Amino acid sequence: MTASTATRGRPDRVTGTPFTRALGIATLVGIVWLTWFGLFVTPADVNQGESVRIMYAHVPGAWLAYLAFIVTAVSSAAYLWRRTRSLTWDRIAGASAEIGVLFMGISLVTGSLWGRLTWGTFWTWDARLTTTAFLFVTYVGYLAVRNLGGTHHQRARRSAVLALLAVLEIPLVHFSVELWNSLHQEASVAGNTDVTMDGLMLFTLFLGVIVFTLMYVWLLLHRQRALALQDLVDDTGLDLAIAARRAEVG
Amino acid sequence: MDDLGFIVASYAVTLVAVGLFAWSVVRRSRRLAEQVPPEDRPWT
Repeated sequence: MTASTATRGRPDRVTGTPFTRALGIATLVGIVWLTWFGLFVTPADVNQGESVRIMYAHVPGAWLAYLAFIVTAVSSAAYLWRRTRSLTWDRIAGASAEIGVLFMGISLVTGSLWGRLTWGTFWTWDARLTTTAFLFVTYVGYLAVRNLGGTHHQRARRSAVLALLAVLEIPLVHFSVELWNSLHQEASVAGNTDVTMDGLMLFTLFLGVIVFTLMYVWLLLHRQRALALQDLVDDTGLDLAIAARRAEVG
Repeated sequence: MDDLGFIVASYAVTLVAVGLFAWSVVRRSRRLAEQVPPEDRPWT
């Protein structure tokens, strides 16, 4: 049986495992649950009215982007450390950064829609918004650097150094609402000892964080396996090119 | 667009963006897997 027929026969085996399939089902159930609670079950906010429902997509999106970028930095450090040096760490870093950019983009768009309802504008050069946009652009740049070419280890080394520098922006983004005068509200839950949010709203917010985290793990596993496949295909192509060149010379 | 439009748009953007990303990952993986024998995939 060739690789091609094996793949066609069992397409779910490409980057999936029983664990990722179970995780995928749990994630889908969670998405439906979160959407149902976010749109229909939770109450409106006293000050913000119905627009507070955007929070259940916006806040978990931002949390996930932070988590993804921190995973990118930790994986990059693991790659740079000689004892743990492996291209698997580099692929986890790259996959996590892609997902982080996706969720940061989602957070920016949903935040912009929420801002239009609460502040009357889609965008303002506020400290939190500006630093978040800067973080987003930094990681888009990181992904561009990953595609500059060279060997797998050259790619891994240069992107790992960049990831360790880029992650330093996260505290700046997170504390921007405290460091500068900002339109953006301060943290409602994280780091706040006096949480006054309605119980159901708080539950739905935590549900959002859990569902987005499950989504992140599913995407990370599949994406880093896809990157492993890409590296294998690149290596095979290189081996074939070298063999062809040797045959020409010989 | 009223409040409801913005709220629905924010959920739609989130779900569509994640769905498209997941779909592109799976599609790319299937294309690549045709060139890689199953024994070279340590997770299978």
